[in-house]
Amino acid sequence: MNSIIVTAGARILVALLLVFSVFMLLRGHNLPGGGFIGGLLGATAFIVYAIACGTAEARKALRVSPEGLAMVGLGVALVAGLISALTGDPFFTGQWYWVGGDSYETAAFSINSVLVFDVGVYMVVFGGILSLILMLEEEL
Amino acid sequence: MGEYGAKDARWISMAGMTPVILTGALFVYFCGMVPTIASGGIIRHSIPWIPSLDIALSFYIDGLSLMFSLLITGIGALVMLYSARYLAGHPQFARFALYLFSFMLSMLGLVLADNVLALFVFWELTTFTSYLLIGFSHADPKSRRNALQALLLTAAGGLALLAGFILLGFATGTYELSEINAAGSLASNPLYGPILVLVLLGAFTKSAQVPFHFWLPNAMAAPTPVSAYLHSATMVKGGIYLLARMHPSLSGTDAWIWTLTIFGGVTAVFASLMALRQTDLKQTLAYTTLMALGTLTMFLAGSSGYAITGAMAFLFVHSLYKAALFLSVGIIDHATGTREAGVLGGLAGAMPVTAAAAGLAALSMAGIPPFLGFIAKEVAYSGAVGASLWGFVVLAALAANALMFAVAGIVAFKPFFGPQGKLPHAPHEGPWPMLAGPVILGVLGLAFGILHGLAASWVIEPATNAVLGFTDSGGRVKLWAGFNLALGLSVVTFILGAILYLRHQALRDRLAAIEARGPDFDAGWDRLMAWLVVVAEWQTRLIQTGVLRQYLFATFAVTAVALALPLFWLGALQLDLAMPSVTLREGVVAALIIAGALLAATTGSRITGIAALGVVGIGVALIFIIYGAPDVAITQLLVEMLIVVLIAIAALRMPYLDPTDKGPAFRPRDAALGGVLGVLVALVMLMVTAGPIDRRLTDFFEAASWTEAFGRNIVNVILVDFRTLDTFGEIAVVIVAALGAFALLRSARRDKGEERE
Amino acid sequence: MEIVVSILIGLLFATAVYLMLARNFLRFLFGLILLSNAANLVIFAAGRMTEGAPALIPYGALTPDGEIANALPQALVLTAIVIGFGLFAFALVLAFQAYRSLGTLDSDEMRVAEPREEIAGEARE
Repeated sequence: MNSIIVTAGARILVALLLVFSVFMLLRGHNLPGGGFIGGLLGATAFIVYAIACGTAEARKALRVSPEGLAMVGLGVALVAGLISALTGDPFFTGQWYWVGGDSYETAAFSINSVLVFDVGVYMVVFGGILSLILMLEEEL
Repeated sequence: MGEYGAKDARWISMAGMTPVILTGALFVYFCGMVPTIASGGIIRHSIPWIPSLDIALSFYIDGLSLMFSLLITGIGALVMLYSARYLAGHPQFARFALYLFSFMLSMLGLVLADNVLALFVFWELTTFTSYLLIGFSHADPKSRRNALQALLLTAAGGLALLAGFILLGFATGTYELSEINAAGSLASNPLYGPILVLVLLGAFTKSAQVPFHFWLPNAMAAPTPVSAYLHSATMVKGGIYLLARMHPSLSGTDAWIWTLTIFGGVTAVFASLMALRQTDLKQTLAYTTLMALGTLTMFLAGSSGYAITGAMAFLFVHSLYKAALFLSVGIIDHATGTREAGVLGGLAGAMPVTAAAAGLAALSMAGIPPFLGFIAKEVAYSGAVGASLWGFVVLAALAANALMFAVAGIVAFKPFFGPQGKLPHAPHEGPWPMLAGPVILGVLGLAFGILHGLAASWVIEPATNAVLGFTDSGGRVKLWAGFNLALGLSVVTFILGAILYLRHQALRDRLAAIEARGPDFDAGWDRLMAWLVVVAEWQTRLIQTGVLRQYLFATFAVTAVALALPLFWLGALQLDLAMPSVTLREGVVAALIIAGALLAATTGSRITGIAALGVVGIGVALIFIIYGAPDVAITQLLVEMLIVVLIAIAALRMPYLDPTDKGPAFRPRDAALGGVLGVLVALVMLMVTAGPIDRRLTDFFEAASWTEAFGRNIVNVILVDFRTLDTFGEIAVVIVAALGAFALLRSARRDKGEERE
Repeated sequence: MEIVVSILIGLLFATAVYLMLARNFLRFLFGLILLSNAANLVIFAAGRMTEGAPALIPYGALTPDGEIANALPQALVLTAIVIGFGLFAFALVLAFQAYRSLGTLDSDEMRVAEPREEIAGEARE
């Protein structure tokens, strides 16, 4: 597709969709959203870009390979599960560390393994789905 | 085999020596147990294996297990040393050594296992390793066929044995052999009959009793050390071990006595005649092994102290001399390039050590005093005289022993001292690693004969006690038991044996003529296999049509039947249909889905089909939105969109749905099945949604989502906190799907690339 | 509404089965999509349907306010949708590769593994 409007519009759309996908990921624990939805949105962003500017451009813009991203994501999710081993809890027990307080009521924010896991899910879905579609687009 | 093991070949290797050292160490370890066992002790060791099924890897060492363990490790170490030299330079020697060592461990597990199911596993492991060893010369089709024959026959027996063991577990309430035997005879148990038949099937196939005997001579396709070890000294005695092991609980009934006596006796006599008829020394030995197995089975039929002591003494001495003889034949084969009895002769000058070792073993086999073989024969005769069917047993034992005497002359006297024929190679003495086995084993036969008190108190009597299930009076193993019937029978044996040896050439021709007219078991086996293949083809063609639609149709039809049976036949159908109040919003969504689904099913156009599927997907997403599932709805919408992208990429490059352009033909049969299945699923869903619901999990998630997991979106908290491991598995599936597609596409690209080149 | 959804599920199953039994592999894929939609609805409806009350805990509250939608089937369906997509994509690639190497989408003609001529004769030789 060699439409200038599409190409130019796609850049803005991709940026917006990516920001939105991260937003969906981060708010997922309390409101509709989460890693699956965020990952699908992120993949969609790059698919839009690939349709507008071609898969080579999309891959260049992504910088890392989607398959690699998915693999790393699986690793991140696994690490999130292994963190609980440090405190002697069963595998994949959520770990919470409060910053600026000692419970969710007083703390300013928290660092937790659950979000790390959701980021892993995000990366796997993002990378996995994107690589499937880019591959099909390139090979067929 | 002549091409391997040349003089200059390096035979000391990692693969060759490691098993020898390990097996030797095990032998020393078991020797250390002799004092404990000889004084009536028992050693046990148990590791929980599958606790939920009450299966433990428990080991139990009594006199019987120990005797077998000593034979397995002792002869094993010698055979492994022998084969390191015998097969030196063979490109696959490391593999061979691995197989042989694995076999040794399996066999050891078999005789040490206390749990019958563990015993079964080891039993099958010996079958598999034996298969690999018989088929070691896998380039030879005959070797492969014989290996398969042994595998199928003994594995089939193994399955019968498994069934027997499970019944045994039902009958006694335990799978531990020690407990089963401690509970005493099972003769009055209603399951006794089936158990006996199944266990005997397993034992008879493994120990090659007629009519399952034919695999054993064929198994001689294996390299000679394997024949010496598996098919003479150890594995084939697995069946004998089982009979001996189960003796306390199964023996004593008429069925036991008659079956074992008749099968054992027939096997013994048949095998002795066949042994005389062979011209290949290895085949001759194979049939004498068969004869020994028959004799052992026959004596295990009895329950008297003499019969069992005779069986145990014979088992022990047979392993010693038969392994020695096999190994000697291997040396002869190695040195001269032939095993034909007709041409071999006068080798004593060139091969003095081999001649001496084979001679010692043969004297033990022939039952000449003061060898242990003589003592074993004497005790056995005493047992035969006291047997229930004494006439038959004495005659069978007499015939077998006389023929064995003649065979001892054929394999160990004639090749060394008889007239020499034309040999392929000039004979030379074997190297020492190959001589070690026959010499040590041959000497042991003599040493234990002289020091028979040691052999008796260390090995034979503890084993006898284990088989009998109580402590026997002992003292039966003596060189000189006085002038009794057994001695008289021995004298008759020698005279008969000598006559048979002198006239064996003429007898051989006579036997060959008779054999040609008798039933050919091997040909029968081939016919059975051919028939099996025909049946397999027939049923494969019947079921595996190769048409995807027919497979799917069968799957769906079975699903429909499985759903319909409980609903209608078992009367599970309960419907309480209230007329649903459908709001406009719901009506629109339902109409969307109905229209989309019907259109997708009937359209002949790809674009229409894709659009119709999109309509269905969006309809489903709307249901999710209306009924409080925003996360699911968003996911569904995004996926619908991606599916459209995918189909747009791929499907539009594929041909039209119906190349004829006439639109899809209506398929009434498929529509009927779809309709039936749809109605059934709808009925099930109506019942499910009308019934009560278990909300315990949901209640827990709702209560704990914020208070314990600090998340307000319960769906997300379930995904990333409560059920994280599931989610982890699911994202792994996404990666697998991507990798699978990747592999498919890339392999196709590679294929194309190759075509271009 | 459960009654309506149950009937919709039945319809989706019926059309999915009909499509999957077609000779054309693309139709089979269409059937697969319908089947996965139907399966998702089965899980969802089995958890009962509550209108207009997402499974969220309001800010400031410790537990949900009143009756809300059953969260458990939603979590199951959410992952099932994503996996269903992965399966579909894989099947599509498979179909396309089959088409590219065999030149047909007719599943009756895809007989590389199980040729129509009886392989029996060869086996016996």
